[in-house]
Amino acid sequence: MVKKGTWVRIHKIVLKPSERAPQVPEDTKRVPLEMWVKGFLLQDAELGDEVSIETVTGRTETGTLVEVNPYYEHDFGKCVPELLAIDKQVREILFGGEEQ
Amino acid sequence: MSKARDYQSVMARKAEIMLKSTGIDYSKFESGSIAFDYERMMREIGYTLEEIQKIQYSVNVGNTPVLELKNLTALARKCAPEGKGARIFIKDEAANPSGSFKARRAANAVYHAKKLGYKGVIAATSGNYGAAVASQAAIAGLKCIVVQECYDSKGVGQPEIVEKARKCEALGAEVVQLTVGPELFYKFLLLLEDTGYFNASLYTPFGIAGVETLGYEIAMQFREKYGQDPDAVVCTNAGGGNLTGTARGLLKAGASTKVIGASVNLAGLHMASDSQFNRKSFTTGHTGFGMPFSTWPDRSDVPRSAARPLRYMDRYVTIAQGEVFYITEALASLEGLEKGPAGNTALAAAFSIAQEMDRDEMIVVQETEYTGAGKHVQAQLSFARENGIEIFFGDPAEEVPGKNIILPSHPSLIKARDVYLDHMKKSLIKTAVNIYKTVPTEEDIVFLAEETKSSVEFVREVLKSL
Repeated sequence: MVKKGTWVRIHKIVLKPSERAPQVPEDTKRVPLEMWVKGFLLQDAELGDEVSIETVTGRTETGTLVEVNPYYEHDFGKCVPELLAIDKQVREILFGGEEQ
Repeated sequence: MSKARDYQSVMARKAEIMLKSTGIDYSKFESGSIAFDYERMMREIGYTLEEIQKIQYSVNVGNTPVLELKNLTALARKCAPEGKGARIFIKDEAANPSGSFKARRAANAVYHAKKLGYKGVIAATSGNYGAAVASQAAIAGLKCIVVQECYDSKGVGQPEIVEKARKCEALGAEVVQLTVGPELFYKFLLLLEDTGYFNASLYTPFGIAGVETLGYEIAMQFREKYGQDPDAVVCTNAGGGNLTGTARGLLKAGASTKVIGASVNLAGLHMASDSQFNRKSFTTGHTGFGMPFSTWPDRSDVPRSAARPLRYMDRYVTIAQGEVFYITEALASLEGLEKGPAGNTALAAAFSIAQEMDRDEMIVVQETEYTGAGKHVQAQLSFARENGIEIFFGDPAEEVPGKNIILPSHPSLIKARDVYLDHMKKSLIKTAVNIYKTVPTEEDIVFLAEETKSSVEFVREVLKSL
């Protein structure tokens, strides 16, 4: 069980595919407009429950409980060897005495 | 009785919500036809340069250093014809509190919101502006909500936007994240209505006036250090505020510096497409915003945008994604400066344009942005590769956005490609006539000439051809 007051992330469908704006391209029209918001859980709940949260600005938002103590996983990416080749090239052109 | 919250009903209340959330009655600047009084709007709603400087300096924004990129200049000269290769400079806007020039826009907007008694600010942005508003709201003690377009329908987030969400939260803001689609505006309006917060739009007069200090500082710093104005300034162009504000600041300093816009070429990719969302490696500074916002500025989130780049642009160039990534890596490798790729769009263009200029001339790139996880050149290239984008060395002129990223096999292949400005000017005039469905008055014609930095004769010729 997730305790009231826990920092969580919720998910909600804002617009169903049928409610999407007319100017939206076809591929986007086939999917809903989804939303994720974080806040403090307002009642004890289980993952997947419909819950209410209070956000850091004090707003109440409702949605499906999807994450407890959410955190970021973005990083500096995997090795891109081309970047090493660029480093080598610009240094050689500038400092390596390459004939221009 | 509570108001209806469905899409159509909320969109129908747009004008009312905007008036309440910006405090600006745009109608008083309208002529009733195509024309509106842009300068009066800037004068009455904005702040004077002196006031803005005072506001910004009081919150540690502005006065960023100008750095001469001697090694990058030397590299450009290796690629340039004999005697060519202007000195390349950057204004290190990453030194602002939130890591980009957007702090200038946010400082003004947040100051204004606080002055008017709003309890919080809301910004609809997936870019650096979110962190800027969050940072300024933190200083002012206001609440802050940032609404982002962040994920595709598979729940995959663009790493750069995910990083910006992290930064906003780190600075105390609430971040509302959405999947792809222009209906973000619907959620934005609902939030404004529900909270009664200030709309810290990027396109209000105070937001744009906030960038004027950037152009003004460039002129003053160059006069002090080099005894003259720079010959050219290159601005990364998306919504147009960066270029507009910088150009206005240069004009206020009395500088006759040439103003060049630069955007990453994302031709062929639809900005509201779910399946193409994660096939682009730039979330701003690209033609997907640069072209439509230049040719019709009033598509923004306020009735009349204060960002009107065609009024100030002397030249507009595009640059390929692979060229910007190359120059970002070269900047780290040769100048010891790690900066975010999107802010280096203008730098890639300047590297090429410098080679057309004489060695005693000076070209300035007027911004840098912070880099970090998700926003780093390697994070973006790695993400592109995972999404099936081919990355290889070759001629970037052959790059196909959404299919490949071609890193130049030699820096001499980095080429700023000119956009035919007259086409864009014609497009603006044509759009104005189509939207207002009217025969332009004499006042409209003068207005359209100002809008396109052209002449009354040019506007008449275009109107005749429609």
